[in-house]
Amino acid sequence: MNAPSKIAASFDAEKARADFEILSRTVYGKPLVYLDSGASAQKPRIVLDTMRDFAQGEYANVHRGVHFLSAAATDRYEAARRTVQTFLNAAREDEIIFTKGGTEAINLVSYSYLAPLIQPGDEIVLTVMEHHSNIVPWHFLRERAGAVLKWVDVRDDGSLDIEALDAAITNKTKLVAVTHMSNVLGTVTPLKDIIARAHAKGVPVLADGCQGAVHEKVDVQALDVDFYVVTGHKLYGPTGIGALYAKRAHLKGMRPFNGGGEMIREVMKDRITYADAPARFEAGTPPIIETVGLATALDYLSGFDRAAVAAHEHDLLTYAREQLRQFNWLRVIGDAPGKGAIISFEADGMHAHDLATILDREGVAVRAGHHCAQVLMERFNVASTSRASFALYNTRADVDALVAGLSKARGILT
Amino acid sequence: MTDNALRELYQEVILDHSRHPRHYGALDHASHKAEGYNPLCGDKVTVYLKLDADGRVGDIAFEGKGCAISQASASMMTDMLKGRTAEEAEKLMQGFLHLVKGEDASDLPEDDRERLEVMGGISEFPMRVKCATLAWHTYKNAVEEGAT
Repeated sequence: MNAPSKIAASFDAEKARADFEILSRTVYGKPLVYLDSGASAQKPRIVLDTMRDFAQGEYANVHRGVHFLSAAATDRYEAARRTVQTFLNAAREDEIIFTKGGTEAINLVSYSYLAPLIQPGDEIVLTVMEHHSNIVPWHFLRERAGAVLKWVDVRDDGSLDIEALDAAITNKTKLVAVTHMSNVLGTVTPLKDIIARAHAKGVPVLADGCQGAVHEKVDVQALDVDFYVVTGHKLYGPTGIGALYAKRAHLKGMRPFNGGGEMIREVMKDRITYADAPARFEAGTPPIIETVGLATALDYLSGFDRAAVAAHEHDLLTYAREQLRQFNWLRVIGDAPGKGAIISFEADGMHAHDLATILDREGVAVRAGHHCAQVLMERFNVASTSRASFALYNTRADVDALVAGLSKARGILT
Repeated sequence: MTDNALRELYQEVILDHSRHPRHYGALDHASHKAEGYNPLCGDKVTVYLKLDADGRVGDIAFEGKGCAISQASASMMTDMLKGRTAEEAEKLMQGFLHLVKGEDASDLPEDDRERLEVMGGISEFPMRVKCATLAWHTYKNAVEEGAT
């Protein structure tokens, strides 16, 4: 039952686990089984050590001082930008904008890129499986500028109907905003195809990679994506830091986002000129230590054979799916072919929160609720689901603990 | 230890109330009504009241969707509030709020405390206290702002 997976031979999850100190702790006297990495991943020791070492040895504000530490910190900060560039295979480093996270990155595109282009009646195409962070910024444009949100449905198995998406793109469409991987269903969208079809109609595409970039290698040039969004804390990095990739051609015409220091060229009493990207979009002192932490996390992740990590996660998903099949009172929501390592489910007679509470006391951390995806909950006619999400440090033993916990919950609640 | 806490939280009375909620459904000719929503978990409850001229809870009902705790709490609440004067109802609510937060609830009348004791286990689960209090806060909103 616990035999290590053969396909993941070139990735040793047990060894990787040792990099994450928190995974050796207990909760309520039980070993921690962390199945909530889709909400936020744990951080390996090297990320935490590097952040502390940097703060203790090289820290100062960036881009400001002429002194030694300021130069050192600026070097690290800009090196981090190149790390993100490499991670996403962007053509240029100035196509990488640091943000607070995925949410801010999408709000930036909404405000700086799309808002000035929207006329009443213009359309934004999005799918019903978007996270609220890829919905609400577009609602703002509906409320404030008369944009029309066009929703593309998913099939009952959670897969995206590419033809339906294609059909939703009209000559009024100004942007397609789509997730790379659903945080609830695990569905991985055919980004390359989506982008090709949108571009054939002259429409740019924003891809929310907050989940997707964690689980597969992203190549923004090969995808030809216009905007790609990542967040640090799901990528084994710290909170408070994320990044927006945007094509240089778009960045050039985009108005500034936040106003403040760092993003200007010249400020006078009666006029102002702005810095070029990326500085134009990075007003104020950035989260410098976190940026260094993000770069370390990306290096950590890139240090593995990503395909082998993906195979390991896929093995966990397949194993969990098989194990859960024994419960005829449990319904998995989202079974799209090629989906990522996330399983959402609802159980007869057991509300997700009651289930999560009982699992919690077994040491098993899962997510319960609407997962910031209420439009999707409505689509599947559920108020909430329980969700187990897997990361590189999870093992089949974690799945076994989940399954045992579910049996126990069933015994208590029904 | 852990199991005891769980068993106490999900004891039979609670599960019974959640599976077979009392006073469930809309109330025709309600004098007061309010909707409660917990955006964190998506739990929803609507409380309907028929308040007498003197403020007594003449009739009460609820509708909603949610976890066992929120449904059981709403069901027990309707059971216990029916027929109470405004003052008694307020006292009961305050006592209940103290109880589920693990605070001193000795101001509750003896038999009320005995009936509500089954909800006391929630104080061990701070993340779930909101589930238990949703219906009560919604009742309060209905009284104060929900005149139909």
